[in-house]
Amino acid sequence: MSSFLQRPFFWWIVLLLLGIFFDFALNDYLQLILIFSILNSVLALGLNLVNGFTGQFSLGHAGFMAVGAYTSGYLSLHWMPFSGALDFLNYILLALVSGSTAALAGFLVGLPSLRLRGDYLAIVTLGFGEIIRVMILNSPSIGGARGLPGIPGPSDIQLGSVTISRFFQSYALTMTGLLLTTLLLWRVLKSNTGRLFLSIREDEIAAQSMGINITHVKVKSFVLSSFLAGVGGSFFAHITNYLNPSTFSFMTSINFVVMVVLGGMGSLTGSIIAAFVVTLMPELLRPIQDLTGIDLRMVIFSVSLVLLMILRPKGLMGRLEIMDVWRKYVRKLT
Amino acid sequence: MQDFLQHLLNGFSLGSIYALIALGYTMVYGILQMINFAHSEVYMVGAFASYYFARKFGIDNSPQLSTLILLLLVSMLACAVLGFLIERLAYRPLRLRRSPKLNILITAIGVSLTLQYVGQVIFGADPKVFPNVMNDSEVFVFAGLSFKSLDLTIWIISFLAMVGLHFLVWHTRTGRAMRAVSHSSSLAALMGINPDRVYSATFILGSMLAGIGSVLVGMKYPKIEPLMGTLFGIKAFVAAVLGGIGHIPGAVLGGLMMGLLEEMVVAYLSSTYRDALAFGLLIFILIFKPAGLLGKRSIEKV
Repeated sequence: MSSFLQRPFFWWIVLLLLGIFFDFALNDYLQLILIFSILNSVLALGLNLVNGFTGQFSLGHAGFMAVGAYTSGYLSLHWMPFSGALDFLNYILLALVSGSTAALAGFLVGLPSLRLRGDYLAIVTLGFGEIIRVMILNSPSIGGARGLPGIPGPSDIQLGSVTISRFFQSYALTMTGLLLTTLLLWRVLKSNTGRLFLSIREDEIAAQSMGINITHVKVKSFVLSSFLAGVGGSFFAHITNYLNPSTFSFMTSINFVVMVVLGGMGSLTGSIIAAFVVTLMPELLRPIQDLTGIDLRMVIFSVSLVLLMILRPKGLMGRLEIMDVWRKYVRKLT
Repeated sequence: MQDFLQHLLNGFSLGSIYALIALGYTMVYGILQMINFAHSEVYMVGAFASYYFARKFGIDNSPQLSTLILLLLVSMLACAVLGFLIERLAYRPLRLRRSPKLNILITAIGVSLTLQYVGQVIFGADPKVFPNVMNDSEVFVFAGLSFKSLDLTIWIISFLAMVGLHFLVWHTRTGRAMRAVSHSSSLAALMGINPDRVYSATFILGSMLAGIGSVLVGMKYPKIEPLMGTLFGIKAFVAAVLGGIGHIPGAVLGGLMMGLLEEMVVAYLSSTYRDALAFGLLIFILIFKPAGLLGKRSIEKV
């Protein structure tokens, strides 16, 4: 990853080339899982900023994702400024707009509730997530309980003799989003603001007595996290082409929390790995369902969450990044 | 006016049940400073335990007092065992390691999800009809309001349960130990109290109240399913926060207010906003009076 941080552009090209390979090598089912894994990585990274790096506990990530997804979905039905080969610019623009809307929602929610500590914050964010869902459910103009269908998304583009497939565009969009998110968070965490986040995680009272306005810093972290959730939601809207309030339930938020915890609270690469694991696991466990005839996947999922907390509370990576683990491993060998 | 008073009576029944469940949350929070998310699933298991018991012994359609008492006992027993096991298997290992609060919270969510999904596998995801333990008939009419037997039973049973709890907490050795541990567990341990036993006792007591609540809910709204606990549990938790979490009379007050408000929202606004109400109320309370209506504001010291 240190090489990635020094030459992000090079790695972006490499990953895009890999996307061309996936375009031919994987079938539709695997392609969709891959895209969802990348999408979930963006959302898990955003949540890790609040839960892992700032030491707060948000249980309402799906709510902000919903704000972003519905903003993007609703806007795109009425307003698509670019067309043809420039189509992808629409999605970038919409992602930024809906990210900002979600950030605004995050600001409004965060400002009063981040004065609270620990458990209470968890419950308020949970409550907020549910309120958003109920509000969407009761708004006929954005589909209500029936959902919002027909959202435009990337489609095959013919450029001369070359077809740029729908998968490749979605892949490029989400992968670019993921790279930028990682880069952004990495830079933020190395900056002054990032150090403030970490100081609050380590000891809120000590930070406060050093003259840090802790509510202000927490709100900053929360707003950035909501922005990323909104971007993730926008990607989600254009990839699935259909939104339903039940997608953004409490369970979805829990899913992101599981990704953050599994990967290690305070590890960026850990969140990405965990997002892939958590997205893939239900699919990998499908054979068990065929074998036993009952759906044990979610049971395994939840039991492993409890066992993880008891046996390895730090998650897979703890606070280490993948290159730290690598360095440790290499040092042990030599 | 007549309507309003009738809604008030209904809300009062719902509120007493919320209060029973909220007591479980508040007791665990008062002693362990943790939100026991699995409490709502304990309540769900209580309902299913009495359902299967009634089916097994063929009393699922014999509305009489003995059935009610039997089901209450069965449900209380099942919940007590489950509460004890949850504390023993999931929370105690974490406590022994002095895990951070966040890990305990996540474990609690994990236990809750586990019970939900195991419930769906074992009981099946389809709703079931709770045994008919009492025919709902009008007992008497006062000032034009009809007092139904179901509502009266709910009031009496929850009142008795609360009185029992009050007696237990204030007039027995276990209760005194509980109060001591909630004040300071390390100091209580120095005085010869075993905090682990008190934690178990707290979980058992709270779960028994949830067991009573589950039978009462089953009586009033006889549709039970593995996911029935989630929303109900969250609302009961909100009720506990409303009254001041960790504060026993607060939970009762919060539960009653919650039930009344919910009934009024359904009656005079829209039933779709019924679930948003709980969360809106919660956010309102936490922002303006984080310690709850009756709770004391605590200042965190270094």
